[in-house]
Amino acid sequence: MTQTIQIKPITRIEGHGKITITLDETGAVLDAKLHVTQFRGFEKFCEGRPFYEMPSLVERICGICPVSHSIASAKACDTILGVRIPKPAKKLRRLLNCGEFIQSHALSFFHLSGPDLALGFNSDPSARNVFGLAKAHPSLAMDGIQLRKIGQQIIESCTGKRIHPAWVVPGGVNQPLSEATRDFLLSLVPEGYAIIRRTLDWFKGSLENYREEIRTFANFPTLFTGLINSEGNLEHVEGKLRFIDSKGAIILDHLDPVNYQEYLSEHTEDFSYLKSPYFKSLGYPDGIYKSGPAARLNVCNGCGTPQADQEWAEFTGLERGPVLSSFYNHYARLIEILYSIEIFERLLNDPEILSPHVRAFARNNEFEGVGVVEAPRGLLIHHYRVNEEGLITWANMIVATGNNNLAMNRGILQVARRFIKSDKITEDALNRMEGLVRAFDPCLSCSTHVIGGSSVRAELVSYDGTILDTTLS
Amino acid sequence: MRYPAFLQRIADRADVQPARVLTFSINGQDVSAREDETILAVARENGIPIPTLCHLDGLSERGACRLCIVEIKGSPKLSPACVTLPRQDMEVITNSDRVLDYRRKILELLFTERNHVCSVCVSNGHCDLQALTIELGMTHVHYDYLHSQHTVDASHERFSVDHNRCVLCQRCVRVCDEIEGAHTWDVMGRGHLSKVITDLNQPWGESTTCTGCGKCVQVCPTGALSEKGKSVAEMTKKRQFLPYLKLMRGEEQK
Repeated sequence: MTQTIQIKPITRIEGHGKITITLDETGAVLDAKLHVTQFRGFEKFCEGRPFYEMPSLVERICGICPVSHSIASAKACDTILGVRIPKPAKKLRRLLNCGEFIQSHALSFFHLSGPDLALGFNSDPSARNVFGLAKAHPSLAMDGIQLRKIGQQIIESCTGKRIHPAWVVPGGVNQPLSEATRDFLLSLVPEGYAIIRRTLDWFKGSLENYREEIRTFANFPTLFTGLINSEGNLEHVEGKLRFIDSKGAIILDHLDPVNYQEYLSEHTEDFSYLKSPYFKSLGYPDGIYKSGPAARLNVCNGCGTPQADQEWAEFTGLERGPVLSSFYNHYARLIEILYSIEIFERLLNDPEILSPHVRAFARNNEFEGVGVVEAPRGLLIHHYRVNEEGLITWANMIVATGNNNLAMNRGILQVARRFIKSDKITEDALNRMEGLVRAFDPCLSCSTHVIGGSSVRAELVSYDGTILDTTLS
Repeated sequence: MRYPAFLQRIADRADVQPARVLTFSINGQDVSAREDETILAVARENGIPIPTLCHLDGLSERGACRLCIVEIKGSPKLSPACVTLPRQDMEVITNSDRVLDYRRKILELLFTERNHVCSVCVSNGHCDLQALTIELGMTHVHYDYLHSQHTVDASHERFSVDHNRCVLCQRCVRVCDEIEGAHTWDVMGRGHLSKVITDLNQPWGESTTCTGCGKCVQVCPTGALSEKGKSVAEMTKKRQFLPYLKLMRGEEQK
């Protein structure tokens, strides 16, 4: 008889999730699934709201990456206004985004995954948390806290608020940057560099310790996608979309992400509130692709900044083709922090960043708008339709975590097959599966903003297919 | 009592019709007042705070929000200070536990009726209702929310009305009628289902009486009436115009 093992809830991730593993009659792992058990309803309750409220409304999807949501949303609203936003506004949005990447990636690397990485996946679970980390490796923990603080200070200095700022608005941003703030922000740069250099050196030196994790953390061929700029370099805010296959060949290049519906489609599974986007022409589930830090470094031709470019060259040298293992997301996150600090410094040294010309004003001139950015966790798409009055009539959001839903599910199966040896879940196996999920840094509360679909169920299924027990959770 | 204009001018002259002056007490403090002054006005003249929401200097009183309730010795019910006139030797209490408790409850009930989520409101940080929660120490809503669904009317070229944010204070109704003289706004329905409407409940943009002056937007205490295109927390209201307008109207008529 098949047997179902549940892990609930998964710890040290953003949001709530559950894993179900099904064993066959011989006790071998038959299937494993990640259930996202939260339900939010954002796409539905945005309907009827004025479009210029959207950047702040959708920020509430997440407390970690509200900036990404506000920029994607504001870009969609820029299209609805029918304006080209002033150049300084573009630069200021990018500056803010750097702050967010630094703090979000620091949170994922140090606070959430740090305990696994520094203390070991097999270490005592009672101490395997950020406090245990602070005890065993105080300097590493302090670096993490300090780096995240720098990111948060960037956001606060620009916008007046660390979380959910109302600074990014349709048409640009609502306050220019003062000279004093610019100078203060520049003073944060040296410490940022020092921390990220130290952390990169430490992490690269310890990669050997994670050989098993690297081998099993969603290490299988998939497509990769990410935004690139006109030179094909790493891009977080503007840019066009590129898809590469598992060998590294470019399938589609310089796609306008506004037309995402031409090549992406969403599939709904009844075991999770999280939808599974897939590459349309390959169908479901073969159109599995990865998005996020490692995927971005895989698809681009380089970072376009001197220090990050060096690290990028080393990163891409890890494997002959694209870097497949999702464990390397941790590595990629550090490189992206370095890249963000470099871009941040470059923007602050640009005199135009102080320009007071930061907002374009217009009424709604278009009836539809799509805004796309790279959020820390991957591609983020906001798509709105408005009526004559400027009220939202329809909204669709493909949130970063969702892009990796298929890969996470298949990755959990891979880890379960490697680490589950009996009908008991050992602490080892449990933390490996959670670790796999953490490698994607999913924001489960972000990603389930849709309405509809059935509730989450855990099923106990016998080998002949009859359902023995069903629970609603 | 209102007289025809030529008589009213005489009636308004204090030397011809002196208003009777009476004395009473507020919180044990002896105060004197003209008989046609409200308790609220006298309290404010004497620096005694009474919270208000629907009251706005320059508009007539409506007694819509009941937040200015006070205790009057000898009366079992609480009375709204904005529409209650003092009597000789009346003893008024503005800050008893009972009064403070009821004020907070009234405020909580206002929150249950509509959607007042400040964080995504255009008036966040510049809102009379929000300021009152701080002033009255409201930390939670102890009643069930009604979760009523209201629409946004953005048909006007420059302004929009979000009924979800409306507290039915009727400042818009009064300013439109008393100051602008258009009387575009009014109220329809009963109880918590009441809503402010333009003309005969047609879209604001199709109103034939609205002059587009925007006074209603400026006096609105919450984010219910706002200028289009304002993002969250960007809607600040300018109300200084009201006393000047009143004054100049008065001078013109002389």
